[in-house]
Amino acid sequence: MAPVFEYAPAPESRAIVDIAPSYGLFIDGEFVESSGEDRNKTISPATEEVLAEYTQATEEDVDRAVKAARKAFGKWSALPGSERAKYLFRIARIIQERSRELAVLETLDNGKPIKETRDVDLPLVAAHFFYYAGWADKLEHAGFGPSPRPLGVAGQVIPWNFPLLMLAWKIAPALATGNTVVLKPAETTPLSALFFADICRQAGLPKGVVNIVTGDGRTGAALVAHPDVNKVAFTGSTAVGKEIARTIAGTRKKLTLELGGKGANIVFDDAPIDQAVEGIVNGIFFNQGQVCCAGSRLLVQESIQDELLESLKRRLSTLRLGDPLDKNTDIGAINSAEQLARITALADQGEAEGAERWSPACELPSSGYWFAPTLFTNVTQAHTVARDEIFGPVLSVLTFRTPDEAVAKANNTPYGLSAGVWTEKGSRILAVANKLRAGVVWSNTFNKFDPTSPFGGYKESGFGREGGRHGLEAYLDV
Amino acid sequence: MSEKSENNRLTVFKTYKLYVGGKFPRSESGRVYEVTDSKGNWLANAPQASRKDARDAVVAARKAFGAWSGATAYNRGQILYRIAEMLEGRRDQFVREVADAEGLSKSKAGAVVDATIDRWVWYAGWTDKIAQVVGGGNPVAGPYFNLSTPEPTGVVAVVAPQDSSFLGLVSVVAPVIATGNTAVVIASEKAPLPALSLGEVLATSDLPGGVVNVLSGRTAEIAPPLAAHQDVNAIDLAGADDVLAKELEIAAADNLKRVLRPQPVDYTETPGIDRMTAFLETKTVWHPTGALGASGSSY
Repeated sequence: MAPVFEYAPAPESRAIVDIAPSYGLFIDGEFVESSGEDRNKTISPATEEVLAEYTQATEEDVDRAVKAARKAFGKWSALPGSERAKYLFRIARIIQERSRELAVLETLDNGKPIKETRDVDLPLVAAHFFYYAGWADKLEHAGFGPSPRPLGVAGQVIPWNFPLLMLAWKIAPALATGNTVVLKPAETTPLSALFFADICRQAGLPKGVVNIVTGDGRTGAALVAHPDVNKVAFTGSTAVGKEIARTIAGTRKKLTLELGGKGANIVFDDAPIDQAVEGIVNGIFFNQGQVCCAGSRLLVQESIQDELLESLKRRLSTLRLGDPLDKNTDIGAINSAEQLARITALADQGEAEGAERWSPACELPSSGYWFAPTLFTNVTQAHTVARDEIFGPVLSVLTFRTPDEAVAKANNTPYGLSAGVWTEKGSRILAVANKLRAGVVWSNTFNKFDPTSPFGGYKESGFGREGGRHGLEAYLDV
Repeated sequence: MSEKSENNRLTVFKTYKLYVGGKFPRSESGRVYEVTDSKGNWLANAPQASRKDARDAVVAARKAFGAWSGATAYNRGQILYRIAEMLEGRRDQFVREVADAEGLSKSKAGAVVDATIDRWVWYAGWTDKIAQVVGGGNPVAGPYFNLSTPEPTGVVAVVAPQDSSFLGLVSVVAPVIATGNTAVVIASEKAPLPALSLGEVLATSDLPGGVVNVLSGRTAEIAPPLAAHQDVNAIDLAGADDVLAKELEIAAADNLKRVLRPQPVDYTETPGIDRMTAFLETKTVWHPTGALGASGSSY
């Protein structure tokens, strides 16, 4: 289907962001040098341009950060909740004020389209701080007893797919409940966390309450294993999550894990097809499919498979892949060469195992990391593309005949993070939602997030909830 | 166990058996171990469950999970209350068994059994309330109905307290099943008889077979295969010592079981809801609310 009009380029200006050539670590309220020499580079995955150098924090650096957080904990936890709330409200407001700058920064560092950082990530980041700010002086009403206490120092390790949003999910509830934090952003996306350090300074947040240490998995491992950390919160892969669970076994550290998924998006024959197609596209191509709760398995009722796939393919042909800073871009860059290699290998395996591969005609830019939206049909439950989390823009299509079969297939995974149900029949939605072993069920919608809505998985998708009243529990001594 | 009853009649001993899938098997291993009272007097030969017994118990618990978690909360409450009723009728037996097991006087053992019966009543009342306390609607910023509901985690392995052989046991088992989980319980190693007798009560309380499975034997032998079992969703380490608890927690990480670590608990106190929430998941369901305008409903 040829477009009637070509789109003119509509790039968002990057002049609004001033990225320093090099960054230290944010410890005890200021940027400091590492005890070691190791530096890493963070690049724009859309162009492979080096954006900045940053520090590979050593074990000694992590120790320094934990000590700063420990030192700050006494006063911070003793502050009246209403005062902690005001700091968080300040942070929420400053994020709103600087949201365009942060959106552009995030798009540069992560590769995701500006329309997503601008319209999804940043509004949710600000809303998350605003929501938990309001809890800080109301904890005794949250249902965790008359005077729930903070845990102490929280060690938090976050992924690269929603860098600033995952920071907000971790830091906002931790501070509202009176904990202090040491946070490690992902190795490919450290910049928004370092900018957040500056926001903490602007907000006048007491020194040591938030500490940011950058680096790769070694830094994260040192943080998780540090004996003076009371709480570990991790979002990332299931394999690393299991390793963390082993590391903290036998300690008193409280643990919450938000891990991988292989979400089923179930479409019944009475579903509104056009809306379902939008939901499927949103479910797997939002953020290039690099979403733990992505609807990466489409379960479509056999009788409407042809009709649905035809609509879906037509819709995919209209998606615009390219410059993430362009306001018309739907599909941005894959976050890293490593992730691109993983997606490529799994998609190739899908083809080798006999699934039928399809992508719309789609020109990929010559530099940067790109992967065309991809559909696999004729997929069975035994196929790797139906079992493994690909974490990319790859959708596996399976079929079913009865609701029971749909549920059985949806639940046939060690994961249990998200699921979708599309049908016009209310009783069927409730019956199916009830049977799905997943922490979030989107019915006649997909990939919706809100600070008031608890998010987290069943089974090997992890444990604990982020968001809502439930999200407080992870940071309270209850 | 006394040789002669008061009227000089030779008493009938009970063969203590495991309780698995609603049946009373001996250990498939054929092994037993001697159980003595606090003074070292022989009480009984208890079955010494094997790894295979533990795996059989998991199969039974998994099989029972669908129906038990799908039962109405009201129905589960009725059944838990029925357990209290059945226990009340066998109070004397349990007073004797607890007195023997824990070296308590008759009156102290009586208080323990009373507290245990009352604990079932307490949790019977929770089954249809916990969802209202820990679940609820979420006011999301958009046209969506959004509801969070607690759901049982699945099959829970329970390492029952070693010292509190009856009150402690029920205090860890009742919260697990009240919310719809099913349980594989390892009884106190040195004092398993009250737990094994409890199986007889559960079997006659309308509790579906497999919802609670009771194993006796060596904790260090049976707990590791349960902690490593890929079809067990959670583990309560109440009765594990620090060394074993760490080993089990490491094994449990393989399929990310929910782990409740051992902690000091005064089982005579009224419990909080922590032992229920430890084995609950939260499911959040979204749906567009649409709008009833001139154009009709919309997504």
